[in-house]
Amino acid sequence: MEVQKTALYNYHKNLGAKFVPFAGYEMPIQYKDGIVKEHISTRTHAGFFDVSHMGQFFLEGDESLIESLEKIIPADLKNLKINHSKYSFLLNNEGGIIDDLIITRTEKGFCIILNAACKENDIKQISQFLKKNHKHLLNNDLSLIALQGPKSVEILEKLIPGVANLKFMTGSNFEYEGENLYVTRSGYTGEDGFEISISNTKVEKLIDYLISNEVKPIGLGARDTLRLEAGLCLYGHDLNEKINPVEANLKWAIAKKRKEVGGFNGWEKIKNLLANGSEKIRVGIKPDGKVIARENTKIFSSDNNEIGFVTSGTFGPSVNAPVAMGYVKSEFSKIGTSIQLEVRGKKYGGKISELPFYKKSYVK
Amino acid sequence: MSEKKFSKKHEWVSLDGDVATVGITKHATEMLGDIVFVEVPDAGKAVEKEGQAAVVESTKAASDVYSPISGEITEGNKAIADDPGSVNTDPEGASWFFKLKIKDKGEYDSLMSKDEYDKFCKENPS
Repeated sequence: MEVQKTALYNYHKNLGAKFVPFAGYEMPIQYKDGIVKEHISTRTHAGFFDVSHMGQFFLEGDESLIESLEKIIPADLKNLKINHSKYSFLLNNEGGIIDDLIITRTEKGFCIILNAACKENDIKQISQFLKKNHKHLLNNDLSLIALQGPKSVEILEKLIPGVANLKFMTGSNFEYEGENLYVTRSGYTGEDGFEISISNTKVEKLIDYLISNEVKPIGLGARDTLRLEAGLCLYGHDLNEKINPVEANLKWAIAKKRKEVGGFNGWEKIKNLLANGSEKIRVGIKPDGKVIARENTKIFSSDNNEIGFVTSGTFGPSVNAPVAMGYVKSEFSKIGTSIQLEVRGKKYGGKISELPFYKKSYVK
Repeated sequence: MSEKKFSKKHEWVSLDGDVATVGITKHATEMLGDIVFVEVPDAGKAVEKEGQAAVVESTKAASDVYSPISGEITEGNKAIADDPGSVNTDPEGASWFFKLKIKDKGEYDSLMSKDEYDKFCKENPS
């Protein structure tokens, strides 16, 4: 398969981006400043992320569309208001997570933001449940820009008046340069911010504006450290098809009504897990010293029994310490439990920690 | 202190009598990015030429640091283990990795000069 590029590829190049192949795309891993500076400037000012590789999947249909989607998505879509968004998943028959996603109710149906690496399979999986009168489109003519950080609102409000009124996990249509643009107050960094769906032909102009307001370009490297500090999962690492939402410690993302009534893929299994708990569960982990416990690091109990593994681990620039997430046997998941992390054949102490590592500041 | 010599794995060595000081080059730190973890060897440890001697981790990944020369470690630089970021600021000065008592000065002589190393980096961009 040919490597794909987002509409901003040349723009990134001119900004000094270092590219890496990611989910079939050439994406910036970092720019000239490097990961730590990019991370800090997002937390203290604002940064923009080109997330146009993610799928923007639009669905249109009558009431039966809700019924179809609720078979594979455990959110309460029936009661989801127009312009409101929810974090949810696509589930397989075993209750495993096919992908995690953000679904927004639109005037005509729904928009689902899908992970780049999963989007083709996701659409196949969703399509199984769609009826003939349901229309769907993966819109590749749109870019997606995340603007994140405490100054985001002030900066974007000057350009697009009205965005400051949006509450976290809601969106609206705005006009920019004579074109429609959809903005949601959301993101994946633990900061206040926005995600802007904008046509490929106008996106450079938007970025020009952001850069003139000292918004820094942020690559995938800092995106990873930011989301990990915020305790957020990365699909393909912290989540996959063999992990269900209960194990992933994401049962809060299954709507209350859906927990009671079910009717979605894997419901039998999830019902049982909700009642009895799971054998393993996702936890936050803080190594005691400076050692970084990266993905696949084995986790041991204080009496040397293997109890789990790390799924994401890095140095958290805002926490100023290493941070990690992983799965442990549920009996070891209590906050403060002492564990050992095997790094390069040597065991280092650590503790089960609260998530997020970095306190969020969403506007509710 | 002798002139610095360089290895293809981006370490530098300087020699004072039979004690060598080893660190990673500025070029190496630029490739690694922000350094967030360093593990240095303890005194007494024997290392072989091109054998693994220390660890350096950036936000991106972990890398081994090799000894460009054989010998017995006399000191690891604890200061960089406490402040890994200092390797980014002064890689070829205060932020050396370890010192070792060498066995064979011939190994030092066979390493690259500064000019040769600069040329090597230019020809092998990564």
